[in-house]
Amino acid sequence: MDFLLTLANGLLTTLKDVVPIAVIIFGFQLLVIRKPIPNLKKVLFGFFYVLIGLVLFLQGLEQALFPIGKLMAAQLTDPAFIYAGFATIPDVIHWGDYMWVYIFAAAIGFSTTIAEPSLLAVAIKAEEVSGGAISVWGLRIAVAIGVAVGISLGTFRIITGTPLHYYIMTGYVIVIIQTFYAPKLIIALAYDSGGVTTSTVTVPLVAALGLGLASTVPGRSPLLDGFGLIAFASLFPIVCVMAYAQLSEWRESSRKNKDSEEEQ
Amino acid sequence: MKAQFSIFLGYFLNSARDLASIIAVIAFFQLVVLQQPIPNLGEILGGVLLVMLGLTFFIRGLEMGLFPIGESMAYAFARKGSVFWLLLFAFCLGFGTTVAEPALIAVAQEAASVAAIGGVIEHTDTAMNSYATGLRYTVAISVGFAILIGVLRILKGWPIHYLIISGYTGVVLMTMIAPAEIIGIAYDSGGVTTSTITVPLVTALGVGLASSIKGRNPMVDGFGLIALASLTPMIFVMAYGMTF
Repeated sequence: MDFLLTLANGLLTTLKDVVPIAVIIFGFQLLVIRKPIPNLKKVLFGFFYVLIGLVLFLQGLEQALFPIGKLMAAQLTDPAFIYAGFATIPDVIHWGDYMWVYIFAAAIGFSTTIAEPSLLAVAIKAEEVSGGAISVWGLRIAVAIGVAVGISLGTFRIITGTPLHYYIMTGYVIVIIQTFYAPKLIIALAYDSGGVTTSTVTVPLVAALGLGLASTVPGRSPLLDGFGLIAFASLFPIVCVMAYAQLSEWRESSRKNKDSEEEQ
Repeated sequence: MKAQFSIFLGYFLNSARDLASIIAVIAFFQLVVLQQPIPNLGEILGGVLLVMLGLTFFIRGLEMGLFPIGESMAYAFARKGSVFWLLLFAFCLGFGTTVAEPALIAVAQEAASVAAIGGVIEHTDTAMNSYATGLRYTVAISVGFAILIGVLRILKGWPIHYLIISGYTGVVLMTMIAPAEIIGIAYDSGGVTTSTITVPLVTALGVGLASSIKGRNPMVDGFGLIALASLTPMIFVMAYGMTF
């Protein structure tokens, strides 16, 4: 009974998200475009599947991944775990003591990004549009590595208490420099991959990690330092995707150079 | 019917593979690093099954519903040739998908409590609610604006990086003058605006427009709408923080 109740609740929340979109789409279709929707039945079924899919997906996350993920974030950031080998908890913390937190941040960032449905949607489109030059898995792994590095660095920032905007501005400078060197075809997609990484799966787990850290590390306040991990997770994939495109271009051109040398 | 079933089975196996790494990470940290048993194992396994099913339905629905409708509307608008209606549609899509986004509602409420504790607004429910609502509408308007600009960019063929770099400059300038409490929230708000339904729809719209307009390349011009939608909220939220 409880299960059905939460399922109904989830359906209501998702409906709130879907209804405005459906109203806008069908409203414009009927009033402005004034043409029947091609394959209307199939499209409606598609919307229905999306709705059902999201409800089940969110319900599953709430039931399985979020509780254990949040519990683990709390346990890993607990001073009792970090200083388990010490007789007393030292007053001054050292960032190196949080090694498992960085590894966990990277691992959870990577694996949740792989499961992120919006990233999958963009990757499917990118493979289709690029005619297979950008593969679904290539893009997903590049983005996931970016999120892993980003979140790891974000936890380091919370532990050391350095200002968020220094990191973000440095990231921006790197992105701008890369923009001038990266292959033109990848730029828009790389920028987009920053925004899609952080939605349904990643945000709640990452937010729990940030709040856990900010409330247990001495001298940090959850209100001022708990935020910012998501910003890291949306900046680093851009760097990573452009780097991936650049590397594959260099590899391609050096192989071509080699081939032409061998021919001569 | 049988064909449908085997399609679903294929998607289901893909979803299982997508989730395998999360399960491996959680099992490793829980059993090896923290050395604790996994609590409520049965419930967790049930939840994982739901996630897999959900992902399967979602991807199938995406290909049946969201992608085709996004593209067919892009073609229809391109044929109709009315820039005004297209831009209005772009704004409505951005605004409408963001204003009801659950992640944004949560962030807005959190931001209101930060502001109340920081003494920026009064620590009462009415003040906090009006702050949160104001913030939500600010973000929704900024996303609507972003999609509008992004669609205009596809029509005109402006290079995306000029827009993004000037956006970044805007963020940096705003960071210098915005109150410190709002900065973290502003930066995060960029990431939460783009929901799981918006992303495929907006991507299909952009790619559809770029492929139906002569002289545009879907790869170069079709993407970039999401990037703009995650950039403008940062600027708008910092501006909102400064008005108090």
